[in-house]
Amino acid sequence: MRKYITDFTIVGKQVYNESYFSLTLQHPDRLPEIAAGQFVEVEVPDNKQVMLRRPISIHDVDIDNNTLTILVQVVGKGTRTLSKLSEGQKLNLVYPLGHGFSLEGTHTLLVGGGAGIAPLLHLSKCLSAKGIRPTILLGGRTAALIPVQKEFEPYGTIGFATEDGSLGEKGLVTQHSLFSADYDHIYTCGPTPMMKAVARYALEKGIECEVSLENMMACGIGACLCCVVDSDEGHKCVCKEGPVFNAKKLTNWIKQ
Amino acid sequence: MLQTKIHNLTLKNPVMTASGTFGYGEEFADFIDLNRLGGIIVKGTTGERRQGNPYPRMAETPSGMLNAVGLQNVGVETFCKEVYHRIKDLDTNIIVNVSGSSIEEYCKTAAMIDELDNIPAIELNISCPNVKKGGMGFGTNPDMAAQVVSEVRKIYHKTLIVKLTPNVTSVVEIAKAVEGAGADSVSLINTLLGMAIDVEKQRPYLSTITGGLSGPAVKPVAVRMVWQVAHAVSIPVIGLGGITSAADALEFLMAGAKAVQVGTANFIDPAVTMKIIDGLEDYCKRHRINDINDIIGII
Ligand SMILES: Cc1cc2nc3c(=O)[nH]c(=O)nc-3n(C[C@H](O)[C@H](O)[C@H](O)COP(=O)(O)OP(=O)(O)OC[C@H]3O[C@@H](n4cnc5c(N)ncnc54)[C@H](O)[C@@H]3O)c2cc1C
Ligand SMILES: Cc1cc2nc3c(=O)[nH]c(=O)nc-3n(C[C@H](O)[C@H](O)[C@H](O)COP(=O)(O)O)c2cc1C
Ligand code: FES
Repeated sequence: MRKYITDFTIVGKQVYNESYFSLTLQHPDRLPEIAAGQFVEVEVPDNKQVMLRRPISIHDVDIDNNTLTILVQVVGKGTRTLSKLSEGQKLNLVYPLGHGFSLEGTHTLLVGGGAGIAPLLHLSKCLSAKGIRPTILLGGRTAALIPVQKEFEPYGTIGFATEDGSLGEKGLVTQHSLFSADYDHIYTCGPTPMMKAVARYALEKGIECEVSLENMMACGIGACLCCVVDSDEGHKCVCKEGPVFNAKKLTNWIKQ
Repeated sequence: MLQTKIHNLTLKNPVMTASGTFGYGEEFADFIDLNRLGGIIVKGTTGERRQGNPYPRMAETPSGMLNAVGLQNVGVETFCKEVYHRIKDLDTNIIVNVSGSSIEEYCKTAAMIDELDNIPAIELNISCPNVKKGGMGFGTNPDMAAQVVSEVRKIYHKTLIVKLTPNVTSVVEIAKAVEGAGADSVSLINTLLGMAIDVEKQRPYLSTITGGLSGPAVKPVAVRMVWQVAHAVSIPVIGLGGITSAADALEFLMAGAKAVQVGTANFIDPAVTMKIIDGLEDYCKRHRINDINDIIGII
């Protein structure tokens, strides 16, 4: 899939709370095809402390309006700078990067936690376009850390798990009543311990499972070899061969 | 206007890409016309396939980054059988960066690359430690540097560039030693040994604790070393370290480099090399310079 480097214009901004915001970015003309699970490398403007681009998943795509949306959690200097941008400003992206989700399975479960919720919205829409209605399970420590909720409603059955019980069932996503072996395909993105727990369960039950990794990146295009995961076939670049991997290829990583 | 020469190589312009930061070039084909480059130095290649160091392998630092990739590569045999055929018809100088842990390994790789018609040069990366001699770096000792270069010189017949490490007391001494041993050119600098600690997690950012610093932070050190070496040897010098613009490249040229390499900047802007080439052309026009060689080494 061809990659581009392009200036987008911020045409929408939504601040969910102090941790999460989203930016809707407009392309000068028609967007190329973007698979669910692909990401962009964002240049962080006006911050001399931040030299490298930041990898961020593609949260939503609106082909008719030539826009894509990113959902960002503020964790450090780059994401804080992005949170201060406003409509009308430009943002330079290298995109679309990596290999996305397979869209396989008929009884599918999507498990997201934290900023890992981001790629699951575009995934829900892509599955929906194939006539598949997934079960979507979103988790976080507290309700505020699950910023996007109702956006998922048109595309599947939704469940929430929070550690403090402020939204949905109390506990971890893997303890939720919707988390079961009733699926033939599980897709997950979120904190590493969560993805490992989900992948371990799927492998035990013989369910296909795809995980989307968030390793630290320098180039995002397979040139520097900084972002590798210790897969069963040796070191693989998360930016180029991932970020989505079939859990069957990551049994080493799941054990670590 | 921008054409330069490194020993037997003719470069369309002095802008090449640095090893380990540009893959095999293919990764950048969507963003730039690779044929416009003066040269591409491909990934460090070793005698056998290498897995490299464990993750995490990078950390961003002020105006730079640390890496500890550890020479992950497919090995020279796969390079010759597969990778070479994918890139050999590019209309630019494709140069292989040769790394190793013993003189035998360097020689094995160099001999195999010597057979490839469309690889006019190798860049010998002597920054790696010699495992046989207790891990001492080839590139930090003038005698060992001279020894590896003279052994490779015996079996390698095309342009031999030797890449120098800045992690030494006197880079001039090493440069003279490799010139004496038969190098056709030297390139510098490789990364500076560095370290960074995540104070929240109370542990180093890199799995290997220390790693190589690159990016704009190292540029003044690199310009200084290029200037010192260019005044001390008579073989052509290739300058690199922190170049992100045409002005940066010009600093190296004026300090005495016949050509430059762009590394970390490719991560920030995959099209940066084209902007640097355009910027050099523009500079020459503005200053009425007909031949870029007229400003090389003016300092
Ligand atoms: C393929 C991919 C997709 C991603 N998608 C999203 C997304 O949709 N939304 C989102 O908010 N974030 C996403 N991330 C994570 C995001 O890239 C990092 O949070 C961001 O780079 C941090 O930049 P910073 O300058 O704010 O933090 P820094 O100041 O660089 O670091 C602050 C702290 O954040 C942590 N951190 C930095 N980078 C990462 C990382 N890559 N992964 C985990 N922790 C990190 C470090 O531990 C560090 O201590 C994604 C990462 C990858 C690799
Ligand atoms: C991720 C990474 C990988 C590198 N791999 C190699 C390598 O395999 N061989 C080598 O000689 N130099 C390697 N280098 C060093 C660069 O080629 C270059 O000497 C150094 O980064 C300084 O230039 P820069 O500041 O423009 O990046 C690597 C640098 C980086 C950042
Ligand atoms: S981030 Fe450079 S290879 Fe993946």
